[in-house]
Amino acid sequence: MEEITQHDLLIIGGGAAGLRAAIAAAEVNPDLKIGIVSKVYPTRSHTVSAEGGLAAAIKDYDSLDQHAYDTIKGSDFLADQDAVEYFVQHAKEEIMQMEHWGCPWSREKDGTLAVRAFGGMSVKRTIFAADKTGFYMIHTLFERTLKHENIKRYDEWYATKITTDQHGVTGVIAMQMKTGKLHAFSAKAIIVCTGGAGRMYRFTTNGGIKTGDGMYLAYVAGASLKDMEFIQFHPTALARNGVLITEAARGEGGYLINKDGERFLKNYLPEKMELGPRDMISRAIMSEIRAGRGFKSPYGNYIHLDLRHLGDQLIKEKLPLVREIAMEFAGIDPAKEPIPVTPAQHYTMGGIDVNLDMETSVPGLYAAGETNCISINGANRLGSNSLTDCLVFGKVAGEKAAQEISKKTSKTTAQMKTALEDEEKNIARLLEQKGSESVPAIRMTMEETMDQNAGIYRDQKALEDGLNTLLELQQKLQHVQLKDKSKIFNTELINCLELKSMLTLGEATIRCAMARKESRGSHTRSDFPDRDDKNFMIHHVVTKKDNAMSLTNAPVTITRWQPEVRKY
Amino acid sequence: MAKKVSLKIRRYNPETQKSHLEEFEIPEKKGMTVLDAVNHIKDTQDSTLAHRWSCRMGICGSCGTIINGKPALMCQTFCETDKGSITVEPLRNFPVIKDLIVDTDNAMEHFRTAMPYTDIINRHASLDKEMIQTPEQRKKIEQSSQCIKCMLCYSACPVVGHNPNFIGPAAAALAYRYLEDSHDEIPNERMDSLTQKNGVWQCSFIGECSVVCPKKVDPAIALQRLKTMGVLHVTKALLTKRKK
Repeated sequence: MEEITQHDLLIIGGGAAGLRAAIAAAEVNPDLKIGIVSKVYPTRSHTVSAEGGLAAAIKDYDSLDQHAYDTIKGSDFLADQDAVEYFVQHAKEEIMQMEHWGCPWSREKDGTLAVRAFGGMSVKRTIFAADKTGFYMIHTLFERTLKHENIKRYDEWYATKITTDQHGVTGVIAMQMKTGKLHAFSAKAIIVCTGGAGRMYRFTTNGGIKTGDGMYLAYVAGASLKDMEFIQFHPTALARNGVLITEAARGEGGYLINKDGERFLKNYLPEKMELGPRDMISRAIMSEIRAGRGFKSPYGNYIHLDLRHLGDQLIKEKLPLVREIAMEFAGIDPAKEPIPVTPAQHYTMGGIDVNLDMETSVPGLYAAGETNCISINGANRLGSNSLTDCLVFGKVAGEKAAQEISKKTSKTTAQMKTALEDEEKNIARLLEQKGSESVPAIRMTMEETMDQNAGIYRDQKALEDGLNTLLELQQKLQHVQLKDKSKIFNTELINCLELKSMLTLGEATIRCAMARKESRGSHTRSDFPDRDDKNFMIHHVVTKKDNAMSLTNAPVTITRWQPEVRKY
Repeated sequence: MAKKVSLKIRRYNPETQKSHLEEFEIPEKKGMTVLDAVNHIKDTQDSTLAHRWSCRMGICGSCGTIINGKPALMCQTFCETDKGSITVEPLRNFPVIKDLIVDTDNAMEHFRTAMPYTDIINRHASLDKEMIQTPEQRKKIEQSSQCIKCMLCYSACPVVGHNPNFIGPAAAALAYRYLEDSHDEIPNERMDSLTQKNGVWQCSFIGECSVVCPKKVDPAIALQRLKTMGVLHVTKALLTKRKK
């Protein structure tokens, strides 16, 4: 390879948002040199684990306004309504686009697209492909990229730095994992699509790769993070290991049952029952468990997800993955026994602050997918909006970046050589460094801290303690000693870099959570149980200033829907 | 004393280019998968151990290895301790990079040969409305579209072992999936691609690919059907040529 590889557009991350962005850019301009830098093969990206479906108002009985209102109410009125309006308007065309590319959506008898019910959605509007929707989407998108000769992939390359000069982005420094060699890529635009940071938590539905790398890289490059306090806890993860049991299980008619055999949601969400929004159902489950109405087990208390009344055939047809997971990992046939479930970390509503063009405050730097925060999700995302989000805004990012690139001329690369040398020195120092701390030990303390101190319920004292622990862990990371000294596929080194990202993002999460002295959406302060629109109808924005985190506020955009009491 | 689980893991050091089996013992936990065990070893005993993993639920396809001699996903295989120690080795038929990590870059390129995409420009389809596909039509691609590209079938295939340029089971199954799709409009181009020298003819129908597939895709059957389709395609192409 040449010393510096020239690209027009670099995309970091190869999940749904990244691949959609790449295809969009390639369609705008087939001559663009597009590169996708991903630490895994794109089909390993966590999009693959998404199960239930993706929302769009495609049926005659539905309307864009209804989808927008449901989303805004679901967000506890913290979503930016201009972004939500754009989102619902462009959702349908993306579903159809995916269909044209061969994505095998599930069908009604007459061959039209099938839809199912989802939490917080007032009508059936979730399109799906069995309960492997993300799997089908990521493979369809991946396969589509093979058609475009100007999309070059760098699989299993770990990006360590986004380089910038006074005019904006200049490129990316990344390590080829199989050689350990660092390499410089120049680019006129960069789109970050690296997903969320769920692995800050121990009990999470997220795959091991979801370590928030892109959020951290963008933050260090000068972009802001927004609304980091809002972490979604999915109500139904397999109690033993946190593996996701899709909301579609309730969409198709499943019940949540406590130890006394009661459908307890009648005491919390009598109208919506199992189809309430995730934040409220997760809190209801925790209340039941706290009141002693959960089941006890060595791996924690849980409640039952009962699908028995749906029957074997419906389960096999519409929920095959739920069946597979329950049978493989819990030894349970859901047609015969209820599934033990409990809430687990699932989604990062916050992320890299972008405008409606997916631009960050750094010129040429874009972000799309779970990694960004526009915000269409506000304080709580509705299930099945995120896959649509990846498509709609992945496309926006790809198109905007491609259009902007055509106005730019190539940049000098002298500064990139220096950046490459600096990164080489950093990695070499990390490999040689002596100390008493270990990567797994720090990681496990971080996970425990985030679970305990920044979980579903929070209060000032727990958050302060949590922050202190994370700051200590950041110090400890300075004294870590890696046992693996080799360059070739050094997973301990990669884990160490990921840990650095997560400790910073965890700090941002807790600082934002401390500042938000109210309860809204997924953010529940035991010491401030009510929503406070007077003081907190705001976004929190975190920016790097003199090596410290600076926290400021930004207004929420309201177009047509005034905040109201959020009752279901 | 808690019961112990013993794992023998094949270590490969790329610097010395030597490999050996290393034994680890960890406390037994009910319902523990091989992936749980290997992660536990990496976290508590030897952080230099190298393996791939992510989703833990058998869908991302990262953690394929050879477990007790057979290609399998670590996350979908339970530690059965009554059968003695568990041996975990890197996938066969690929160059080993380090420990349990193999280089699948070249094999992944075979998916291009499958031309795994639709082309519906002829149909002038608009994005306002879906194109009808009946449940029966969709059912035709149900099985062949389950592939997670975990590469276990390449590891099990004796033909791939002799000829790494063979398109291989997963790519063939993927091609078959698009050929059977009611929306497909480029079957001829795809069949041209599949009937090249290293295409479907190489398969000798041993069927190990279907045995090891964690998603029951059955690439072996897909390959046999592709061969039949290939014979028809090539004959038709010859006849058309002669007419011209």
